[in-house]
Amino acid sequence: MNLPVRFIKVGEALSPTPVLEKGEGAALVYLHGLLGQEWNGLLDGLAQSHHVYAPAHVGSDEPEELHSLDGIYDLILYYDELFDRLGLEKIDLVGHSFGGMVAAEIAAAYPARVNKLVLIDPLGLWRDDAPVEDHLLVPPERQIALLLGDPGRADVKARMALPEGSEEKIQELVRRVTTMASTAHFLWPIPERGLAKRLHRIKAETLIVWGADDRLVPSSYVQDFANGLAKSKVVIVPGAGHTPQFDQPDVVSEAILNFL
Amino acid sequence: MKTVWFHMQGYRDLPDDFHKRYESVWVTPPNDELCHSDQVAKYLRWNAQELELADDLGFDGLGLNEHHQNGYGFPVSPNLMASILARRDSDAALVILGNTLPLYNPPLRVAEEFAWLDCISNGRVVAGFPVGSPPDTVGCYGIPPTQVRPRYYEAHDLIKAAWTKPGPFPFNGKFTKLRYVNLWPKPVQRPHPPIWLAGGGSVETWKFATDNDYTYSYLSFNGHLAAKGMMDSYWQQVEKAGLDDNPYRAGFAQLVVVADTDAQAEKLYLKHLQNFYAKSMHIPPHHIAIPGFMTKKSTEFNLRKGASSFARALGDPYEATWKHFTDTTRMVIGGSPATVATQLEEAVRNLRVGHLMVILQIQSMDHELTEYNTRLFAEKVLPRMRQIWDKEGYVDHWWPSGATRNQGAAQKEAAE
Repeated sequence: MNLPVRFIKVGEALSPTPVLEKGEGAALVYLHGLLGQEWNGLLDGLAQSHHVYAPAHVGSDEPEELHSLDGIYDLILYYDELFDRLGLEKIDLVGHSFGGMVAAEIAAAYPARVNKLVLIDPLGLWRDDAPVEDHLLVPPERQIALLLGDPGRADVKARMALPEGSEEKIQELVRRVTTMASTAHFLWPIPERGLAKRLHRIKAETLIVWGADDRLVPSSYVQDFANGLAKSKVVIVPGAGHTPQFDQPDVVSEAILNFL
Repeated sequence: MKTVWFHMQGYRDLPDDFHKRYESVWVTPPNDELCHSDQVAKYLRWNAQELELADDLGFDGLGLNEHHQNGYGFPVSPNLMASILARRDSDAALVILGNTLPLYNPPLRVAEEFAWLDCISNGRVVAGFPVGSPPDTVGCYGIPPTQVRPRYYEAHDLIKAAWTKPGPFPFNGKFTKLRYVNLWPKPVQRPHPPIWLAGGGSVETWKFATDNDYTYSYLSFNGHLAAKGMMDSYWQQVEKAGLDDNPYRAGFAQLVVVADTDAQAEKLYLKHLQNFYAKSMHIPPHHIAIPGFMTKKSTEFNLRKGASSFARALGDPYEATWKHFTDTTRMVIGGSPATVATQLEEAVRNLRVGHLMVILQIQSMDHELTEYNTRLFAEKVLPRMRQIWDKEGYVDHWWPSGATRNQGAAQKEAAE
């Protein structure tokens, strides 16, 4: 991942946030999901026509710093400040999973900031008749199956492979733990913080992308998002799970680029 | 030394293939399949009787703890059982180890209930302040892992202030905001009951113990050989903090089984030990190593050590022999009274502990066998335990002032 990284300082208590950047054009911010910051094929696709900013979720490196952010409200303010520090005013906002929940919350809190909104298998709503699965207190294989796909698949294995060197391996294992901790801080025990009552505030035209076989957030949530949003389109990605841009990168890139 | 009869209060009739059929003994074992209330009605009476028997037989203290949704122990509020024991005319300590502070909202409840128990027991309460385990705090009570310690520290400050400062006063915490803190009653013991910390060996907790001059108990089920490294690190922290090496700064839990002879002990108890390690310790890593519960530093430290706190080098517990439990690993101390007394003294001196929590009711042991184990221990082992640390002249500054039984000469002198 030899991309330029900018480190942006927001607030006294937090270490600078690494933001990956690529491309030229209108500003697009991508908020990653539960497996942490990465640059992937989808972002390469988006960077062909946009200036893509992909920040790491706050606290991904040191979750203890999250004591200065008490909940989703503080997190939304944090992002407002981060966007200011990046010199961004109006943006296109793309969020996946946990990042999708945060993107929706930002768009609801600051409707004027967001041009177009893309939510890929977002968290943030809850139905008693179809509970979102638990990804935290589960065995590693189940976690991978929920978030990425069958752990036996070659591409899943390659994505989750650990580095060779023992020091690199430890650093990567620590990174996975701290990344998971940093989202659990805002999600546990139920990944819902009242987004349903704020969805109507979102002014941005919204694309909802959903893996047809999402095992974490069943696709029955698509309709709840669509019903709550003023202007939305839905794309269901066949043969894809909770991370459709991993299973079907071309399909997802194309759908988003067409929408933008 | 002080010996505390410690009751885990678990479910004694879990099926023999429990560990094959279910994911965990904690958090998720399905209640309607496994936990029958009429059985529990029987156990709770047994538990109370066993603790009362230990009181009558002269143990220095009676030990209780808190766990939730857990087959190896579900004393959901130890204060309930403590209040049954507190009402008795006794001079034994009530070692409540303890109330899991992050789970109480507001934690003022802990300050109130401990104070109330201290009043009704006439100053016999030990106030245990555990941080809580990942399964209890994150799994059962839904606290975000990153919030457990911050909630703990804040609750600690509130409770201590409620016990020691004149009320009413305001408390402005992050998690608890109270306009009028004004405890009715305050504890009998002044300034407050002795505070004990307990845990599985986290560096942060040791530091908190020495910062506050509290005593720390390592609640392990793996015996003193496995605990040695951990306890040595604790004592290093004590030394670093410039505190004395008083053994009463440390406690340890130990499974103990006694019979007339070593051979008899094997015959009576082996099955229950196997049940304990197969069923009670059936806890998967994903219920323990929850991201965010430990600091990044501790996570990295553990990865380098290649350790997991509930690592079981045991293999299939049903294949494990008596020799394996009591000799090779010394996870369990068991045998004739002479064997047990000798090995316990060795363990206690090896780890340098003044508070020994003996676990004499183990998993599937019924009431009768528990009573046998308890009586034999009280009669033949306990007298030898009392002398440990006494002739060295150590005084237990962390023992409740109303628990006056079996005081050694040094303790008596200090009290006068």
